[in-house]
Amino acid sequence: MKFLLFVTPEIIARPLIAETVLETGALLNVDRADIKPSGGEIIIDVPRDKYDEVTAALIKRGAKIIPLEQPVIKDDEECINCGACISVCPTGVISFDEEWCVVMDVSKCIQCGLCITMCPHGALKVVKQNPR
Amino acid sequence: MTEKTIEDINTRIADGSVHVVTAEEMPDIVSQLGPEQAAKEVDIVTTGTFGAMCSSGVWLNFGHSDPPIKMQRLWLNDVEAYTGVAAVDAYIGAAQLSSTQGMKYGGAHVIEDLVSGKSIDIHAISQGTDCYPRKLLDTTLTIEDLNQAIMMNPRNAYQKYACASNSSNRTLYTYMGTLLPNCTNITYSGSGVLSPLSNDPEYRTIGMGTRIFLSGTQGYVTGEGTQHDPGDQFGTLMVQGDLKKMDKKYIRGATFNGYGTSLYVGIGIPIPILNSDLAKATAVTDADITTSILDYSVLRFNKPVLRNVTYEELKSGMIDINGHDIPTSPLSSFHDARAIATELKEWVKQGKFYPTLPVERISNTRVCKPMKQTQDMPMVIDVMPTRITTIKQDLCIEDAAKMIMDSNFSHLPVVSEDDKLVGIITAWDIARAVAKNKHDRLEDAMTKNVITADATEPIDIAACRLEQYNISAMPVIDKHRKVVGIITSDDFSKLMARRRDK
Repeated sequence: MKFLLFVTPEIIARPLIAETVLETGALLNVDRADIKPSGGEIIIDVPRDKYDEVTAALIKRGAKIIPLEQPVIKDDEECINCGACISVCPTGVISFDEEWCVVMDVSKCIQCGLCITMCPHGALKVVKQNPR
Repeated sequence: MTEKTIEDINTRIADGSVHVVTAEEMPDIVSQLGPEQAAKEVDIVTTGTFGAMCSSGVWLNFGHSDPPIKMQRLWLNDVEAYTGVAAVDAYIGAAQLSSTQGMKYGGAHVIEDLVSGKSIDIHAISQGTDCYPRKLLDTTLTIEDLNQAIMMNPRNAYQKYACASNSSNRTLYTYMGTLLPNCTNITYSGSGVLSPLSNDPEYRTIGMGTRIFLSGTQGYVTGEGTQHDPGDQFGTLMVQGDLKKMDKKYIRGATFNGYGTSLYVGIGIPIPILNSDLAKATAVTDADITTSILDYSVLRFNKPVLRNVTYEELKSGMIDINGHDIPTSPLSSFHDARAIATELKEWVKQGKFYPTLPVERISNTRVCKPMKQTQDMPMVIDVMPTRITTIKQDLCIEDAAKMIMDSNFSHLPVVSEDDKLVGIITAWDIARAVAKNKHDRLEDAMTKNVITADATEPIDIAACRLEQYNISAMPVIDKHRKVVGIITSDDFSKLMARRRDK
């Protein structure tokens, strides 16, 4: 399961993720990290059974968690099922079904945004939520 | 030997006994029955393609305003249309970009908005004449308000197309979509088994006057398309149809990030099966159609072939290049190509569409020539200074500073003992090293990853590289990494100024 970890500049230098791994023993994966002066946005992938434990450990350390429920949205009216987006996706979110319709497994999405700019017809959108 | 006429087939359409299949269904029929029997049983094979076709556009007639204007320049939603014809005729091309929104919106989007019935803002200017006194015109209208909106596309329905990948270390933004660095993805175009021209590569039934499915209505092939190259199986068609009757499902404006706009056009062509040769031709499969994967990192017209590939392999979603599995993306919609071939099949079955034979055949031998260029393109060697100053890597910053002052070059290529390029140092690097009080070793202050030029490459390509990497000079090296010159943005500026003054 993936979630977006939001870290404010005050705590960005702390080894939050390492501490969380040691505390929970979870085999988590950092899928993408975008660190800016305004804060850090890090996509974490964690086994389903460790999700609550890991997020609690991070929240305890002052980080904010955004579950990636609907990380990318396809507008079916605009999508022409060309599939241009398929080959730029680094995590294999997008594929064709048997009818050559573009389908997405959004649980794999890390919100890198490559598919958004590849789509010739503006059918895809990354959904950014505010940290809770 | 089965020999049918178009009249036989059209009689069967009229009496409801016609047998129509799509080009996807035909290969199985021919392999089961053989071409002779298949030609007896099947009357028409429908094809389809739905892809980005930049060489598309629409002739518009606005009717006359009062007082009248000879539109000399014209914009539709800020996209300029061609007006070098009579007063209120104009051609809007799919790839023309908006003067205000750039690549986000172009002629293709204007055409999609027209088909969707949306209002379009018109702005026209003129110098004014005795017969057309008006100098300025602004109005808003929809497709209903136009006298004509006739789609006339000079080059559509490529028989097949070359695929694209990118072996360089930077992302390329092309009309083949975004090409990720180090051959991370492959893009391709065309509908393979359903491709109209791949199903009639001898142009026996597709020619001038052939009635076709054009974006949801009946249109016509008006002749060979521009750059028609049937010998290399890159045939193209020129087509025409009434935009007012088109279906917005099959007319879509597109933006290829970093390249510009294009128009998705839907074309379906029925192939009357007059004899066993046509049955055999329409039995073509994805596995029979071969194309090449080109390396777009080479910024020349002729690009190196990474490998040849069939549409069957492309459609599998993964292609092996040098032992790596690379994901593929179509840019054409096979889903919609199939929808078009199926819709056309239904039209024929229901007696709404009667195929025609061409009034004149299209050449199957024409060759597409490259451009005749009368002015030699200057090479790097033509503009680079022959006098060069390099510095040995074991010298210190102070030596470099002196050398820059003496030589008047602000960039010094740094070379090893055996004169091979190992770095570059600029006046700026020296200033930074001094400011940080780290001014001993040249090696610590220089840039080690040097962007270089080749003496025999066209200067336009070298200039592109300077811009890409945001640098002001590149050492020119030979194949042994020996510095033979240095080329700077100043050299380019001078050359560009000379070109302009000519």
